[in-house]
Amino acid sequence: MPASSVVVRDLRFRYPGEHHDALHGLSIEVAEGERVAVLGPNGSGKTTFVMHLNGLLAMQSGEIRIGDLPVVEDNLREVRRVVGAVFQDADDQLFMSTVREDVAFGPANLGISGSELDELVERTLKRVGADGYADRNPHHLSGGEKRRVAIATVLSMDPHVLILDEPTSGLDPAGRRELIDLLSGLAQTQLIVTHDLPLALQLCARSVIVSGGKVVADAPTVELLSDVELLAQHRLELPMGFDPSRL
Amino acid sequence: MSGAHGSTVLRIFIPGDSQIHRLSPETKLVAVVAAVIVMAVTPRQEVVAFALYAVGAWSVIALSGIGVRTYLKRLAVIIPFILFAVIVPFLSGGESVQVVGVSLSVDGLWATWNILVKAGLGATMSIALSATTPVAELLHGMTRLRVPRLLVAIIAFMLRYIDVLVEQLGRMRRSMVARGHDPRWLWQIKPIASSAGALFVRSYERGERVHQAMLARGYSGVMPVVNDRHASTREWLSVMAYPFMFAVVLVVVV
Repeated sequence: MPASSVVVRDLRFRYPGEHHDALHGLSIEVAEGERVAVLGPNGSGKTTFVMHLNGLLAMQSGEIRIGDLPVVEDNLREVRRVVGAVFQDADDQLFMSTVREDVAFGPANLGISGSELDELVERTLKRVGADGYADRNPHHLSGGEKRRVAIATVLSMDPHVLILDEPTSGLDPAGRRELIDLLSGLAQTQLIVTHDLPLALQLCARSVIVSGGKVVADAPTVELLSDVELLAQHRLELPMGFDPSRL
Repeated sequence: MSGAHGSTVLRIFIPGDSQIHRLSPETKLVAVVAAVIVMAVTPRQEVVAFALYAVGAWSVIALSGIGVRTYLKRLAVIIPFILFAVIVPFLSGGESVQVVGVSLSVDGLWATWNILVKAGLGATMSIALSATTPVAELLHGMTRLRVPRLLVAIIAFMLRYIDVLVEQLGRMRRSMVARGHDPRWLWQIKPIASSAGALFVRSYERGERVHQAMLARGYSGVMPVVNDRHASTREWLSVMAYPFMFAVVLVVVV
């Protein structure tokens, strides 16, 4: 399973009609196979940032490279193959009538078909612990099942980088733990956008805080989460009684 | 967003392993459309032909094993047509007959019969099709019949999101009721109308997010073919025998 590095330099972006930059010179480097938590308050530009990584938002200024591949218009097809994005609302990600079709959607767009596609779908569903779900309607899955299948829809494209936007939101505790188990077993480079600070601590050795459209802190997660003052400055709070140093 | 309650689409299909269930969806679709066309063009006074059609249609229902109760319950969709149809003999002119002292138009009675029998038989065939074919399969069938893929995709999205939409509407309604809204009269329609507007905006936004999710997985404007298994000639022949028999009945009887 290949993984790629991610390099972002001086990314700037302004939504049409707005007067302020959503991204204000954001830079970050992520090594191959590294898992990094992207923390920050609502409206800080986290989602805007990760949407750039597979070209869903067209870059206005700056530079992004996935491994050796620059994210530019001409490369978008390849970029979208190597960067898998899992969106916050699984109902947006699972848009076909069956789980099978949803997991097959990406690889079919890449030209895979027939028995090769069928096997790929089966294999991918097994990897996320959703074997036997192929013929079910995505609407009828539980929150945790939906999330795992949503991850399968991008894993089937054999990506090198995974972007996860709020992967644990709306999951029950067991569903959350299953998701953590799944993500920690994947070799891809992962950028996990989250408000779930314990999740960041559990999954990612390193975290960054994005605030005001740029990276304002970049440190080992334990260190970052122990800095109560820094967290408070950016509207981040650990759950009551949670002490990162005691883990 | 959670839970599988109240799904409208999925309950239409009744799982089973009957002969009718096992037929490929495209053959069923074409056979039903052909059979309905034959029924529709049959002149209304050919009672024998309709009787034979009914035998054919009911035998399909029997073979599918969906049960008489389910069949009759679903047949209830034609009740509005029946209500309309029973008025006709009272309103039509021309030659009339006396039935328990009421004057009914002969032409009108034939019109009522025409509506009843064709709606009933058409609905029967549609019930047989929809109860034995999963919606996803039906969509595959349409793709294999060369229905434009964009059209199939639009239908598929509608079916996929109708339940999400209904749930969203339910949540909005609950939140209104929770704050004391108790709509009974027409002049209380304003909150309903504005929630319909909100629902429209939310659906539009969802559409944009889904489109992004599609782009993120390499969508380039053409829906990929995921399932390209085709029905065999033998299957086609055996299924099309039904509408063919109907057509033979039509030719012989008329």
